[in-house]
Amino acid sequence: MSWEGIPGFVEFEEGHGETTVVVEREHIRDACSYARDELGFNFLADLVATDYLGWEAHAVSGYIGTAAGRDLNRPMTQGFQAVPQPKPKRFSVSYHLLALQHGAPRVRLKCWLDDGETVQSVVSVWPTADWHEREQFDLMGIRFTDHPNLTRILLEDDWDGHPLRKDYPIGGEPVRFSEAE
Amino acid sequence: MSIAPEQSTRAWPLAGEPPYEGSRIPARVPTILDVPPALRDTDDILQVNFGPNHPSTHGVLRLIVDLDGEQVVGLSAVIGYLHTGFEKNMEQKTWWKAITYPARVDYVSYQNNELVFVLAIEKLLELEVPEKATWTRMLLCELNRIHSHLVYLGTSALELGAISMFWYCFRERETILDLYEMVCGARMHTRYFQAGGLAEDIPAGFFPECRKFVEWMPHALRDYLALLDRNQIWLERTKGVGLLSAEDAIALGQSGPVLRASGVDWDLRRDSPYLAYDQVDFRVPVYTGGDVYDRYRVRMDEMAESTKIVHQCLDKLERMEGQPWIADDRKVVLPPREELQTSMESLIHHFKIVTEGYRVPEGEVYVAIESPRGESGVYVVSDGGPKPWRVHFRAPSFAALEATATCTHDALIADLIAIVGSLDAVMGDTDR
Repeated sequence: MSWEGIPGFVEFEEGHGETTVVVEREHIRDACSYARDELGFNFLADLVATDYLGWEAHAVSGYIGTAAGRDLNRPMTQGFQAVPQPKPKRFSVSYHLLALQHGAPRVRLKCWLDDGETVQSVVSVWPTADWHEREQFDLMGIRFTDHPNLTRILLEDDWDGHPLRKDYPIGGEPVRFSEAE
Repeated sequence: MSIAPEQSTRAWPLAGEPPYEGSRIPARVPTILDVPPALRDTDDILQVNFGPNHPSTHGVLRLIVDLDGEQVVGLSAVIGYLHTGFEKNMEQKTWWKAITYPARVDYVSYQNNELVFVLAIEKLLELEVPEKATWTRMLLCELNRIHSHLVYLGTSALELGAISMFWYCFRERETILDLYEMVCGARMHTRYFQAGGLAEDIPAGFFPECRKFVEWMPHALRDYLALLDRNQIWLERTKGVGLLSAEDAIALGQSGPVLRASGVDWDLRRDSPYLAYDQVDFRVPVYTGGDVYDRYRVRMDEMAESTKIVHQCLDKLERMEGQPWIADDRKVVLPPREELQTSMESLIHHFKIVTEGYRVPEGEVYVAIESPRGESGVYVVSDGGPKPWRVHFRAPSFAALEATATCTHDALIADLIAIVGSLDAVMGDTDR
């Protein structure tokens, strides 16, 4: 399998028996068309964005919520923990592709973007991306250009913020006589 | 990894006439059926709000329907009324506690959802699972598939007026729930699967009861067929309704029974085997009509096939008396209860796992299984800590509802009930 031919190819890596091909975000639609037409990945199984804010912070092993939000950098437990590998940008958008053919091959196309950057919509390649992209816009605040109907899908239209982002306050009740006070 | 398209042993779609030529996916937005321009702004169009509180929408699905007489000319599905933020919640819990959540995401195929998340953790941990646990998981997942299809069949038939079907289906469903109760004490949401195996050994009394059930199940299936298969009202309400061609189904990300009813011979249990599905004998039912009736037939056949798989699992498990049911990795798996009285190390491990949770190596995986509703996947990112960094469910119901606009081409308002029922969407799964 030659991944280098994918438009906007950056690198590919194997891990846990899965292949991840990193693609430049400006070329993601071409990359998806290429994967569908030339490589036979005709089924978009899933489209998911991940927020890596606070990923590289020292000893991140969990978070503690406070009334004001949550403290990303306070480790949940004591003890030494390896700092995870740095990520190129804040958000990743992963496209899990599947080929409906013998052996059920899968590949994950992935692009990186920072807050405020956009990524192309792939609705014209796979109509099923319509709701998946709306969901990632709604919960993660990723903007997909040329999406025909990019509105909130799971939350109300007037919702404030994007809850799956790591800097979204998780709420909770203030605890008296605690550090937060 | 290597793929070679020319080596494909299976040709899809199957030979046979496609239900319609070309594509019926709406052009502007794939999931919204727009009112034709000639009818727009005329007084003939009546906009009806169907749901979210309507008994025929299987939960809180809201459909905004534009009607011209009884004809559906416009449709858009609105979801999100059952959004509970499972993915965000799971980021706050340790891996150990997060296993509780997936079963509640899709509360009708709870056991399969639990399985997919546990498989993802095990893939990151590279944990070996004992054979007995694998076969028990397969048994329970197949029972769960029968349970899920019974709920589909009972409610779908009920909505089309066959009230007695509901009672018959829920009779068998009740037996399955009793079996689950024997295994774990809860009728649903068992949390019986742990990373590494099972929470407890399967009780000895389970096997004879389960065997009684699978021996009865073929008779029950004959009952259902007798009630429905020559029922003229059922046939007329379902045949040729809600058409979806193979190309459209794939483009819209359909999976499971909906995809197989459109003529695509695809089942992850056979094509990408997990657990021990490569060691059991079963058939994948495929029909080419792409209508509500064929989706019903796929599910009926699948119940019979699942019964066969449960039989084979029972044969295997009855000879595994006394074998381990969970891996022996003390960093991940709770030590046996009796050891806590005597072993200091076991007490420490128990304390660490319960309070802090186990740490899962850094990485990301996407695991997919064939749930009763199709490809149920989970994407998990770990930063090496005791909590998941990101969990995302590929919900088959979410994708299934994207096809409503395509399926309602030329439909009547009454067909809408049959179509939504046949897509078998669980709103908990759709909204998460």
